[in-house]
Amino acid sequence: MVSESLIEIEGLNFSYGQRPILKGIDMTMERGKVIAIMGGSGSGKTTLLRLIGGAVRPTSGYVKVAGEVVHKLKRDDLFRMRRKMSMLFQFGALFTDLSVFDNVAFQMREHTDLPESMIRDLVLMKLQAVGLRGAHELMPTQLSGGMARRVALARSIALDPLLIMYDEPFTGLDPISLTVIGNLIRRLTDALGMTSIVVTHDVQESLKIVDYVYFIADGVIAAHGTPDEVRRSVAPFVHQFVHGEEDGPVSFHYPAKPYAQDLKLEGSFA
Amino acid sequence: MPRRIVAGIQSVGHRVIDSIWRLGYASRFFLLTLIKSGTSLHRFTLVIRELYFTGVQSLIIILVSGLFVGMVLGLQGFETLQRYGAESAVGTMVALSLLRELGPVVSALLFASRAGSAITAEIGLMKATEQLAAMEMMAVDPIARVVAPRFWAGVISMPLLAALFSAIGVYGGYLVAVILIGVDEGSFWSQMQGAVDFRYDVVNGIIKTCVFGIAVTAIAVFEGYDAAPTAEGVSGATTRTVVTSSLAILGLDFILTSFMFRGMG
Amino acid sequence: MQRATMDLWVGLFVMAGIGALLVLALKVGNLGTYSANDSYEVTGNFENIGGLKVRAPVKSAGVVVGRVTDIQFSTETYDALVIMNIDSRYKFPKDTFASILTSGLIGEQYIGLAAGGDEATLKDGDTIMKTNSALVLEEMIGKFLFNKASEGSSSENSDKN
Repeated sequence: MVSESLIEIEGLNFSYGQRPILKGIDMTMERGKVIAIMGGSGSGKTTLLRLIGGAVRPTSGYVKVAGEVVHKLKRDDLFRMRRKMSMLFQFGALFTDLSVFDNVAFQMREHTDLPESMIRDLVLMKLQAVGLRGAHELMPTQLSGGMARRVALARSIALDPLLIMYDEPFTGLDPISLTVIGNLIRRLTDALGMTSIVVTHDVQESLKIVDYVYFIADGVIAAHGTPDEVRRSVAPFVHQFVHGEEDGPVSFHYPAKPYAQDLKLEGSFA
Repeated sequence: MPRRIVAGIQSVGHRVIDSIWRLGYASRFFLLTLIKSGTSLHRFTLVIRELYFTGVQSLIIILVSGLFVGMVLGLQGFETLQRYGAESAVGTMVALSLLRELGPVVSALLFASRAGSAITAEIGLMKATEQLAAMEMMAVDPIARVVAPRFWAGVISMPLLAALFSAIGVYGGYLVAVILIGVDEGSFWSQMQGAVDFRYDVVNGIIKTCVFGIAVTAIAVFEGYDAAPTAEGVSGATTRTVVTSSLAILGLDFILTSFMFRGMG
Repeated sequence: MQRATMDLWVGLFVMAGIGALLVLALKVGNLGTYSANDSYEVTGNFENIGGLKVRAPVKSAGVVVGRVTDIQFSTETYDALVIMNIDSRYKFPKDTFASILTSGLIGEQYIGLAAGGDEATLKDGDTIMKTNSALVLEEMIGKFLFNKASEGSSSENSDKN
């Protein structure tokens, strides 16, 4: 528990049936940092988050959170550990049948015996932190995408977790909301002394706020470094990704038979 | 040709194995729901909330349908019994039809399409929008927090709704037979009371509705929880809830009736 | 939806549902007039019960006083054993006469009790001595034809029986 790193991942393999998703991932994540995991769509980033949260079991290797191997925990211990981490889902995943206030209060009511007056104060504090104290009576359907994401952020810091995982927090937001969310992630991480893992493919926004970046491609770590190192990097993959080029190590074409062969043209050329 | 036969046999085998697997999965889910019901019973406000959505919101359709079914029974019963000069037995006919069959079955069918489909859609949508996954990540068990309260609310609502259906149906029959047609009021009630036995007719009807309530809500919560997390998945699951629970109601009704009313009355 | 409003509606719903159950039990059913708990059991032997069924009413002077709970066949006397529960509010003399009657021409069959003059009353487990079997329509027609035939020629009735 004294170690600086909150999360240690070693030799992590995961496959869905026969299809390997992650192939030998090693990572360490220090406390108090914002770490980005980037990669193309379908590269296994979200799976990595699910492995850290204990939602799925690795095929081999392990994930250690605060010194405990996640997949070896019993259900009760896993649930106890999950109270120290929280996850912000892609579109917020607010409970649609509860008001904004009740959404933020959800975990406090489920996991603590705090009196209602104290819950009220805490919820308003959390909502204040994301600038939505005035919206506490609204229902999730009345919120815009950016506001819903902020409420979800307030909900995920409800029990002051050690670790927050963000699954694509920037998807589908306008530029203003995007900056707001990005800055909130940074500010809250510093203010509450948490660790944040941001899974994203929004390069420019995340490079502004993170401390360290991992690139995942085809189930392996293709590159890693601080934002400055990443920007200067000449590694072909990182360059392609950061600058959003169409073709490069990540090919435009899905793997296929040779074109001529597929069109049954080889006879006429031979 | 032999290859096609093999493929045919394989597809039959695949379907059988698949449906048995699904049945086992559903049973396991049902057991889990029962085991994890502690939270709902401990925090009964969760169930009360769902009682509002499954019970109170089904009231209108149940009451209106019950009234009309009773009125039609009164009209048809009078029409038929009149030929034998037994029109005073119309109350008996209305009451027995409602208590034994129509009350439990029709109200369960209505309940399946009104509340059952709503439960499936709601849980399916929670799954599609990752609310269940979020809950799981917050160390809250979705089966205990989302599924079990809805299940118990359905199980509690169903007998109450069926009782309301039958009771208002009897008054619908009374309205037609006594007030509109003019059957003698005294013989309407007394013949009914002479023929309807509490233990035999009323209690058996209640047992039926309890069984239907468990079946419909169990199917509804399972289909919702099992729905593919997409718009098509949720709509497909909602349809399956209505179809499967309607078939279950009618099938179970036959089985229960053959046990309860075998060779009697 | 406010919590309190919801609670109110649910409370009304549950009360209405229980009210409906009470209506079914008391107004529609017979729980108000007859309860199975306060009753005593008597048995009657009948030569022929006709179409009598379990749960058929037991009436005296047209009033329902009990119900048939079980019908068995006795291999000792080769007749039917009818077990009935009679409301303990109603005491009947030992020599009460039980007969199987039909309400109306095609109505249901029931047991009619006609009180005798004995001082002692029937108790739980007693047997009614005097019984009268059901009138079976075929037998009645048969008897009728037999009597008619015996008045006239005697060749036809052997066919009928």
